[in-house]
Order: sequence, then C-alpha cells, then structure tokens
Amino acid sequence: MTGLLDLDSLHSDEELQIREVVRRLVDEHVRPHVAGWYEDGHVPVRDLAKAFAEVGLLGMHLSGYGCAGASAVAYGLACLELEAGDSGVRSLVSVQGSLAMFAIWKWGSEEQKQRWLPSMAAGDAIGCFGLTEPDHGSDPASMATRARRDGSDWVLNGSKMWITNAPVADVAVIWARVEEGVTGFVVPTDAPGFSAREIKQKLSLRASSTGEIVLDDVRLPADAQLPFAKGLKAPLSCLTEARYGIVWGALGAARDCLDTAIDYARTREQFGRPIGGFQLTQAKLADMAVELEKGYLLAVHLGRTHDAGRLKPHQVSVGKLNNVREAIAIARQCRTILGANGISGEYPVLRHANNLESVLTYEGTSEVHQLVIGQQLTGLAAFT
Amino acid sequence: MKIVVLVKQVPDSGAERSLRADDNTVDRATANNVINEMDEYAIEEALRLKEAHGGEVVILTMGPDKATDSIRKALSMGPDAAVHVVDDALHGSCAIATSKVLAAALAQQNADLIIAGAESTDGRVQVLPHMLAERLGIAALTGARKLTVDGSTLTVERQTDEGYEVVTASTPAVVSVWDTINDPRYPSFKGIMAAKKKPVQTLSLADLGVAASEVGLDGATSAVLEHGKRPPRTGGNTVEDSGDGGVKLVEFLATEKFV
Ligand SMILES: Cc1cc2nc3c(=O)[nH]c(=O)nc-3n(C[C@H](O)[C@H](O)[C@H](O)COP(=O)(O)OP(=O)(O)OC[C@H]3O[C@@H](n4cnc5c(N)ncnc54)[C@H](O)[C@@H]3O)c2cc1C
Repeated sequence: MTGLLDLDSLHSDEELQIREVVRRLVDEHVRPHVAGWYEDGHVPVRDLAKAFAEVGLLGMHLSGYGCAGASAVAYGLACLELEAGDSGVRSLVSVQGSLAMFAIWKWGSEEQKQRWLPSMAAGDAIGCFGLTEPDHGSDPASMATRARRDGSDWVLNGSKMWITNAPVADVAVIWARVEEGVTGFVVPTDAPGFSAREIKQKLSLRASSTGEIVLDDVRLPADAQLPFAKGLKAPLSCLTEARYGIVWGALGAARDCLDTAIDYARTREQFGRPIGGFQLTQAKLADMAVELEKGYLLAVHLGRTHDAGRLKPHQVSVGKLNNVREAIAIARQCRTILGANGISGEYPVLRHANNLESVLTYEGTSEVHQLVIGQQLTGLAAFT
Repeated sequence: MKIVVLVKQVPDSGAERSLRADDNTVDRATANNVINEMDEYAIEEALRLKEAHGGEVVILTMGPDKATDSIRKALSMGPDAAVHVVDDALHGSCAIATSKVLAAALAQQNADLIIAGAESTDGRVQVLPHMLAERLGIAALTGARKLTVDGSTLTVERQTDEGYEVVTASTPAVVSVWDTINDPRYPSFKGIMAAKKKPVQTLSLADLGVAASEVGLDGATSAVLEHGKRPPRTGGNTVEDSGDGGVKLVEFLATEKFV
C-alpha cells in the first residue's frame, strides 16, 4: 500500500511472509512477461499453475488433499499481490482455488476430492467453473443447461459462456438443472460431447483464457454429480469465496497503478517542474491513496471476520462493490497522470483499468451487489 | 545424514547499511535484517541432500535476539530444527571468537556435514568455514559450486577464478558454497506455517562453556578503529572516438585489469 497508515502492522509475520513469497513469484513469473501476454491475448496457464503450485498457492485456503490450509487473510494477501501483476493471473488462481477446487472440496464426495483436489493443488489438473450461460448471467436461477437421468447415468445438454480457463481445463465444474433444482457435475473435459472454444477479441482480461462450453449429450456416470450440491446456494457459496478474494485482488491492481503514477509524477517534468508538484496532481494522488487504504481496512476486516467463521455473503458484497469500484476509479485517474504514456502497454495502468472492467462485471455485477446490500437494508428483494 | 547449516542474519545488502558511531560495529538495530544471501544456497543444498538421502537438517545461528526472525524464515524453507546462540557478551566478536563459539555449538551436534555460505555480506572475510574445520579437526571443502554425496564420501567442484577443482573428503566435513551451486526454493505456505512450530534451542555462552572474556569486543583479535562514508562517485572518463575508440576502450580495460 502507500505506507500512509502503516497497514503492515495489521498482519502477523506469517501473513507477511506469505505475501513476500507471492510478490517474488509475481516479480519472477508475471511482471516480465505480462505486457506481451496481454498484447498476444495468450497466457501460459499451465506453466503459471505449476510455478504457483510449488509454494502451495492453488487452493491455499482449503485444508487437506494437498492444500496448504492458510488463513483467509493470507489468501487475500496472495490475491492482492497476484492482481498487482494482472487481474487475469489472479483470475486463474481464483477460478482454480475458490471456484473449481472449492466446489469439489465443499460439495463433493470423498472419492471426487481424492480424485481431483491433490492434482489441482499441484497444478497438474486445471479446473474451470461453468455457471454463466449466453442467456443467463446475473440471473443464474433461470439457467437452461439440463441434466437428465438415463439409467444410472447423467446426460448433460446446454452451453456455458464466459468461462475462465475453459479452453485449457482438464476438469469443469458444470452447474445444471435437474428435476429437483440446480446441482453440480464434475466433468472431465475429454468427455465425448464436451467442447470449449476460446472467446476472441476480448479488450479486457487478455492475459486470461476465457471460453464458451458446449455440452452436447455429455454422458456421465452417476458419481459425477456433486452429491451435496443441492440448489443454487451451492454455486453461490463458491462465488462468495471467489468474491472475497476479489475484495483484496482489486486493491492490488489499484496499488500497482498508484505506485506507477506516483513514480511518474515525481519524475515527469512539465512547465519546468515535476508534475507531482502541481496541486491538482497531488489532490488526485491524495484522494486515491485515501480510497486505497480505506479499501484495505475493509478487506482486512472482512478477512478477520472470515477467519473467525462469521463472514456473511452481504458483507462480501460490501467489499466487492466498494473495492472494485474504487480500484477502477483509481486506475482511470492514474491513467490521466501518465498522459499519453498512460495508454501504452509499457506501463501497467490502462491494462489494469481495462481488466477491472471484467472484474466489475464478473462474480456479481456492481448492480447485483447493490441489490444484495439493498435487500439486507430493507428486507425487500429487488431482483425479481 | 545429519546436516547443520550455518545461517547468519545480516543487514540487507540491497539497502543502506552503516557502522555504529560508538563502537564501529555493524549497525543491526536500524538495518533491514535478512538471511545472508549465500546461506539460502547452503540451506537449499542441505534440503536437497536430505530429500535424496534422508536425515535431518538443523540451522545454527549466532546472533542477537532479533535473529529469530531469520531463523524462522530459514526454517520455513524446510529444515527440521534450529539452534540459536545468543548472548549479550557476543556483541562485536571477531571471526576467530565467532568460530570458537560456533565450533563449541557444533561439537554438541555430531553432524555428518556442515554447510555454510562462502561469505557473509556484512563481514565478507570468508574464513569461518576454514576456522571451523580447523577447530573441529575435520576437512574443509570450500567455495563449492557442486556437491555430491556418496555414502561417506563428499565430492565438491571448487570454484576458482580460472575454472574449478574437484576435491574429495570423507564425512564429517565443512562445505562452503557459492550462489552458483543451486537455485534456492521459495518457502512454501505449508513451510511458512510449520516453521513457528519447529524446535529452536537457545544456547548461551555458559551453555557452551565459552568465557565471556574470550569473545565480544574485548576478546576480539581485530578491531575497526575508524570508518567513514564511501566518497561519492566521480564523473569517470569519457572516451572520445576519433577512429581509435576501440583501442582506447581496450587500453582502459587493460589498465583497470578487466582484461
Ligand atoms: C472475463 C470474464 C470471465 C468470466 N468468468 C466466468 C467464469 O469463470 N464462470 C462463470 O460462470 N462466469 C464467468 N463470467 C461471467 C460473469 O459472471 C457474468 O458476465 C456476470 O455474472 C454478468 O452476467 P452478464 O454478462 O450476462 O450480464 P447481465 O446479467 O445481462 O447484466 C447486464 C447488465 O444488467 C444489469 N442487471 C442485470 N440484472 C439486473 C437487476 N435485476 N437489476 C439491476 N441491474 C441488473 C447488470 O448489473 C449489468 O449491468 C466471466 C465474465 C467475464 C467478463
């Protein structure tokens, strides 16, 4: 962070050490390459997953099955450092750990956990999480993907859209409607009838693989169903985990922008002096730093609440709404300080700002989080 | 195989470092203290040997109370336990006195192998491994860029200015390593969380049977009498190229003994 409030004093040595390891990993494996990945629209997901797995980053907040069992605050710090590199790289880790692995860890059978979690933690198996559909985004309850019984087998039909890591995944957690409601399936991506196509021409989150999944009579054995996933609360519980990581992650993107802007403002001279010496620039920097540090306090509070086992979904909505909204405002403001250089891939700022457009939308749009908070305040649901 | 790795806490060589005004010793109180860089390579080498041959890795540190930070960090990479020699009387100890204390601590360990970094970034005397081998009456294989263990036989590629020498010894022995020997791992999250539960034994001079008068500033065989700041960089020479630029560059490099 900016150092204004000595926020490191909120952390244990262990938390700071975990942060340090992730920071070094990002410095080594992400920063030198990310501008190129962004330009190419291609990221080496498997190599990154292996490098991250080596220290235990994938599913770090889960326990057992080869996972590190770290605290929620430590996981948050890891997300922050990853996203200071790139939101796409943080997305890779969020989807692997908080969506795909968490779904199996929380709602899967012992056999499913044994089969998938250790290899996913080791970065050998990449997972994805298919909830969103072409016609059903904010309203997943009306999903069209169906699973029907055929003898003891399941047969899946439908399509999933905007699925992070789908084109590279070994295993997909697919949410589908059955007679009793929504449930989840663990689908090996080599199952006949499963196909995933890369979504091209993204102008945001380009250092991340995003795909469309088509399920065409995908036949699965009975034990592919997540036995404890009954109803929409199962996928929503995964989203709460991933959103919690975003509360921290967004701050990382904002920090990287602000660090860049402060550095730039101190050295870039116009009218014979550094632009950081102009009051208008200082007002921008001060306001951004204040928002960044406030967002951090919010993240730490939610993290400590999570570690105490008391975190409620609407509280995560408060964090996601605020921190992503402020992060994108910071990124855009920093862009102005860099002038023309602000639009260049040689600086991270516009890349972060563009990435945060996706972060603003996925894992519940800002509007949906406002509705969640509104419902909490009034007792009235505005969704339907 | 039991391996003891010597780990020293030093001021971060990447940050501003200074000596104390009162007694000319390294200012550790205001510095950003970290594990001596070369020691991370020593730890890594020990961990690899343990992974290949089994056994136990113990960290040995002599340093002030605050050195526990570095000990925990070292343990987070994977060693099993640590010994911390801490005593106010040790402040200002010279290399000879330090080797006396570390040798006394090592004598309690019965290690098959002692691995150290080839130098510390604060002292940079490069003599400690040799002194320890002398005091313990065992072989010193110093400046290793490669180490292989076959039963009780150690083979080291000893890095020199011209290339390397192959030297062998049998255990127990002291091996010091350069940063060419391996690529140290990042501590894993599990390792970081496990480190705080690993045993760290604290020993005083009395526990080691070393008298306070033999160590510290009073017992030191060498002393820093005065110190000053490094003079600021000066402009340097500009070589004008009027057709003979290449020759002039080579002449410069030759006079500075770069070629
Ligand atoms: C890069 C990227 C990666 C993604 N990865 C995944 C993934 O891995 N897995 C997955 O399942 N999904 C993923 N998504 C999908 C994401 O979760 C959805 O895009 C998101 O839920 C919004 O759905 P939608 O795009 O269909 O927008 P819509 O739901 O159509 O919303 C459009 C607009 O209408 C607003 N709106 C909708 N309903 C209301 C309402 N009741 N009141 C007020 N406003 C409303 C929204 O807030 C938004 O502004 C990803 C998306 C992106 C961009």
